[in-house]
Amino acid sequence: MNRFLPFEAIAAFRFMREGTAQTTLIVAGVALGVGVIVFMSALIAGLQSNIIRRTLNYMAPIVIVPPEQVARPQRGGTSGLLAENVQPRSQQLRSIDQWQKVREQVARLPSVVAVTPVVSGPGFALRGDANKAVTVTGIEPESYVRVIGLEEKIIAGRLPAGASDIVIGTELSKDLGAGVGDKLRLTTASGAAETLNVVGLFDFGNKAVNERNVYIGLRVAQNLLNLAGGVSSMEVKVHDPFEAETIAQTIQSETGLQADSWIRTNAQFFTAMAAQSLSNTLIRFFVGLTAALGIASVLVVSVVQKSKEIGILRAMGTSRAQVLRVFLVQGGVMGLIGSLFGCALGWGFLAVWRGVALNADGTPLFIIEVEPELFALAAAGATVVGILAAVVPARRAARLDPAVAIRG
Amino acid sequence: MADTPPPGPDAAQTLRLEGVYKSYGIGTPAELEVLHGIDLSLRPGEFAALIGPSGGGKSTLLNLIGLLDRPTAGRLFVTGREAGVLGDTELTRLRGRNIGFVFQYHYLLPAFTAVENVMMPILAARGRPDDAMRKRAGMLLDKVGLTPWRDHMANDLSGGQQQRVAVARALAMDPALVLADEPTGNLDTKSADGVFDVLREVNESSGTTFLIVTHDPRLARRCDRIIELVDGNIVSDRPNAAEAPGNR
Ligand SMILES: Nc1ncnc2c1ncn2[C@@H]1O[C@H](COP(=O)(O)OP(=O)(O)O)[C@@H](O)[C@H]1O
Ligand SMILES: [Mg+2]
Repeated sequence: MNRFLPFEAIAAFRFMREGTAQTTLIVAGVALGVGVIVFMSALIAGLQSNIIRRTLNYMAPIVIVPPEQVARPQRGGTSGLLAENVQPRSQQLRSIDQWQKVREQVARLPSVVAVTPVVSGPGFALRGDANKAVTVTGIEPESYVRVIGLEEKIIAGRLPAGASDIVIGTELSKDLGAGVGDKLRLTTASGAAETLNVVGLFDFGNKAVNERNVYIGLRVAQNLLNLAGGVSSMEVKVHDPFEAETIAQTIQSETGLQADSWIRTNAQFFTAMAAQSLSNTLIRFFVGLTAALGIASVLVVSVVQKSKEIGILRAMGTSRAQVLRVFLVQGGVMGLIGSLFGCALGWGFLAVWRGVALNADGTPLFIIEVEPELFALAAAGATVVGILAAVVPARRAARLDPAVAIRG
Repeated sequence: MADTPPPGPDAAQTLRLEGVYKSYGIGTPAELEVLHGIDLSLRPGEFAALIGPSGGGKSTLLNLIGLLDRPTAGRLFVTGREAGVLGDTELTRLRGRNIGFVFQYHYLLPAFTAVENVMMPILAARGRPDDAMRKRAGMLLDKVGLTPWRDHMANDLSGGQQQRVAVARALAMDPALVLADEPTGNLDTKSADGVFDVLREVNESSGTTFLIVTHDPRLARRCDRIIELVDGNIVSDRPNAAEAPGNR
């Protein structure tokens, strides 16, 4: 008898050891359930955080643009076909009014980390015979890198600094055959054109972005896109990307501009993510319920089998509360031990998964970071489930009439 | 132990029953009155036999005295305290401190060793094991002659040995009263005599009161007092002349 354990724990352990087969079986069941939960949760969390990380790599959590102009029917027309005239204005670039002021205003919000002005629009990149449609993005490098980690994505060369610098993605570099030190020509719909020096190559790990985005200085972009002195949007980084939508609404109401959060822009993804989380919660619930029923049924049988022993314990001065706790401890311990094995099992599943889920080049499909809290939570959850499952049998044991139990 | 009881009505008596009735199945068609107004008292150090035909209510009476069950009517005092006014928790405590049980079938806890079984009542009362209770359990096992078996699991012992462990366990809390319900009913004559000797020795050395249900007239004759219960009534209650103290 361990002198550090109370009576209840000592009795609980001995009772469980007596029914080794049942105890082992139920602990194995709990372990399997917890293993599946740990594996699923880590997998889903890994998947989601990878998608989020990749998205926020090249996308600001909030983008501020000029308010949408409401298209109005033109008055006084002789034609009766009003509807024909109710069309959105052409996609002509507009600037944010007094953007410097807006920038200061937004930067003051406590939830905002950084704000950067951007001039962005469609264009063509030409080199020799090659010709590719691109998204021209004029940036202010000092503030831009505080919003989008562009400098970490530069794999060759540097960020654009001078008026004739351009940074392009690895895909576009391949398509045009232009590397660092080469020249290429950028034209836009307005007819403006510039010849620029490729000073850097980036890789965002996203083919479309690597193909389409080109970064140049703010001034050059203003000239090319016919937006002298103006900016087409402002990109905002916030402390908590999941708060982006609320913050966007605050910005919108304070500035009168339109602020789009990445949550709204990627609504489909977030809906899918919510569905994933919901199904994961359902799985947890049912696994927990199954474990609880298993533990409860084992303990109910145990109470019946041990009713004489319980009667004896009561006759020798054990209180109802003590008997109750003897069985609650059994439930909790089965849950806890099961969950510890379950955590190891989940860890094993994840190791196998890591070995199997590889890209063609042998790099992991995506990184799964298992947080220690997941294990702590699984262990705590299983213990609580075990204790709760033991409530009914434990109460039955405590209420046992010792005179009847001993009589048999 | 022929002293006259000291003055002071209740405290002097280990046990007193006043008009105790017990019915089973109250309110059902099978309602059955098993005890019909029992008056009984036991003085400290008495060694009494409870005899009578099977079904006469002996076990029922013992359960009431042992505070495992409550009478339908009447009053019951254990070491001067009235049981009827106590709640379940207090009743459990009173039982744990003052009453030891030995049942017919050696009800040991099979998951524990001999010495651990003897420790259990003290462990339940104190909450955590310690050396003092281990020592006391060892001493009691020695008293019943089981020191060589102290660390054997309960199920590895013979019937007679198990019953002697049960006797040691009944004595663990140094109770005022030990109740034994046919403690030798399941043993061969030799083992039965051994267990009975132990009970008698404890009674003589520590003055513990015993109430022993037995069917064996030979054993009943070795008690100081014989109480006969027939159909829920005490039909005779007499000192046992053959076992007058001092002339054994
Ligand atoms: N829990 C119970 N419910 C109903 N009847 C009982 C119960 N316990 C005992 N009896 C009845 O009470 C009577 C006395 O039984 P018991 O006290 O065991 O007698 P003894 O121990 O003298 O053989 C018997 O008729 C028995 O059937
Ligand atoms: Mg009986």
